[in-house]
Amino acid sequence: MKTDEILGIVERHRDEQGGLIAILQDIQTRYSYLPADALRRVAEETGRSLVDIYGVATFYRSFSLKPRGKHLVCVCLGTACHVRGGPVIAEKFSALLGIQPGDTTADREFTLETLNCLGACALGPIVVVDGHYFSNVSTVKVKEIMEQTRAGLEKVGTKGDKRVFPVELSCPRCSHSLMDAAHRIDGHAAVRVTAAFNGSHGWIRLSGLYGSPVVESEHDVPADVVVNFFCPHCHAELTGAGPCPVCEAPVVPLMVRGGGVVQICSRRGCRYHMLDLESDIV
Amino acid sequence: MITLTINGLQVSVEQGTTILEVAQFFGFPIPTLCHMEGLSPYGACRLCVVEIGEGSKSRLVSSCTYPVEEGMKVRTASVRVVRARKMVLELLLASCPQSKVIQDLASAHEVRQQRFRQEHEDCILCGLCVRMCEEQMMAHAIGFRGRGEHRGLGTPFDVHSEVCRLCGGCMYVCPACQLRCTYTEPEKAICGGCANLSPPCLVKDPFDDMMCYMSPCVACEIKQN
Ligand code: SF4
Ligand code: SF4
Ligand code: SF4
Ligand code: FES
Ligand code: FES
Repeated sequence: MKTDEILGIVERHRDEQGGLIAILQDIQTRYSYLPADALRRVAEETGRSLVDIYGVATFYRSFSLKPRGKHLVCVCLGTACHVRGGPVIAEKFSALLGIQPGDTTADREFTLETLNCLGACALGPIVVVDGHYFSNVSTVKVKEIMEQTRAGLEKVGTKGDKRVFPVELSCPRCSHSLMDAAHRIDGHAAVRVTAAFNGSHGWIRLSGLYGSPVVESEHDVPADVVVNFFCPHCHAELTGAGPCPVCEAPVVPLMVRGGGVVQICSRRGCRYHMLDLESDIV
Repeated sequence: MITLTINGLQVSVEQGTTILEVAQFFGFPIPTLCHMEGLSPYGACRLCVVEIGEGSKSRLVSSCTYPVEEGMKVRTASVRVVRARKMVLELLLASCPQSKVIQDLASAHEVRQQRFRQEHEDCILCGLCVRMCEEQMMAHAIGFRGRGEHRGLGTPFDVHSEVCRLCGGCMYVCPACQLRCTYTEPEKAICGGCANLSPPCLVKDPFDDMMCYMSPCVACEIKQN
């Protein structure tokens, strides 16, 4: 644990009232758990008592005081997943990894955890590995999931996944193509638009793979900021598709070559996107 | 000033007074467990319930945390209150039957049976010790941790806390942990306290700046002689 890293994290949340949870989340993201010394340091820096910080850290299930493995496997044991066989899945993971839920393997590769309902009950039993959701998991699939995880889920995420495919987009106002063949993201031509936020103005390139969240931009867009998108050709603002059902930021409509509309949320970090091949009215 | 009726008696009190304070001032007994003068009201034990409002709008509230309202009608010993109080005591007995404080309260309120599964918790989560440590001893050494059935009490990371002054105040106020003064694991001990005349009380030098809840105490006197 590096002291100045903790200091940096505390400093970043200095002017937020009640930023304790944000601080703990950042520490956990950095170290995968909350080291005792880090909590002591936070207590010193924020002037809060260690006892309160410890209380918060032990209150939320998502915080861990024990080191976690490189991969976090969460098996849902909520009511719906329970009746669909969640416990059997958890046992299978336990047996394969040789650890009980809540523990981490000796080689620090895997941590196994159980949780209660992820809100995807109809697709249960649900298993989440490092933020990737697996639905209708059966005992047979458990082994597969482990192998995929070992191979690296990021790769699997955009290669093997059939829900991710390349699209060609154009401006819904002037119909000019937005594709930037010279610039490749995820191995495909990127989608280039102009973006404005907080007074900055510059290009932003989205992955040409539908469903891939990869974005590159001229200016760093801070998390949660809502960006205004413009067509680089006709300079019209790309709006008009209503609010995002997830975060209520405006949704940006883009036309798909060959018919249809792709809608993406304009908030940085929000992953809402939708493809509608039937519709063409924007 | 606020005017209210308590058990039919019309009284006027300062704004911000709690029902419990009013009742105590005018001599209506209300049993309490997690309340202590000098510590902030907490409302954890629910033993101090009283009934407010009338007819179908009447409800039970914890008097130690409820500030008086204009025109309020309070009953401190209605049938409903007594029934609720007995139930609270019965539940407390179920969770911590070894506590002398709870036993005494139960017998004083004629609770003669206990119909729930017997547990032997060493803490009823009343928060007295936490408030004592924070508000009177200015130490902030112990607190609650965990959630739901895992909620418990102790020092951070369950090791001896550097900010604990070993004053024993927490043990003094605890209704449940009279046993804790015989703590045998010094690493985990919350406090030594003079109740059992054991270190650190007798070896006082390192704790000269201790802010003890009891002063002077037996152990100090033994040492002086
Ligand atoms: S003995 Fe320690 S934990 Fe107990 S009240 Fe005193 S300072 Fe707080
Ligand atoms: S240890 Fe005692 S005083 Fe502290 S919360 Fe538990 S019962 Fe109350
Ligand atoms: S009064 Fe003396 S012996 Fe008793 S707890 Fe305080 S310091 Fe220790
Ligand atoms: S019960 Fe598993 S997602 Fe709801
Ligand atoms: S004394 Fe009022 S809730 Fe405990």
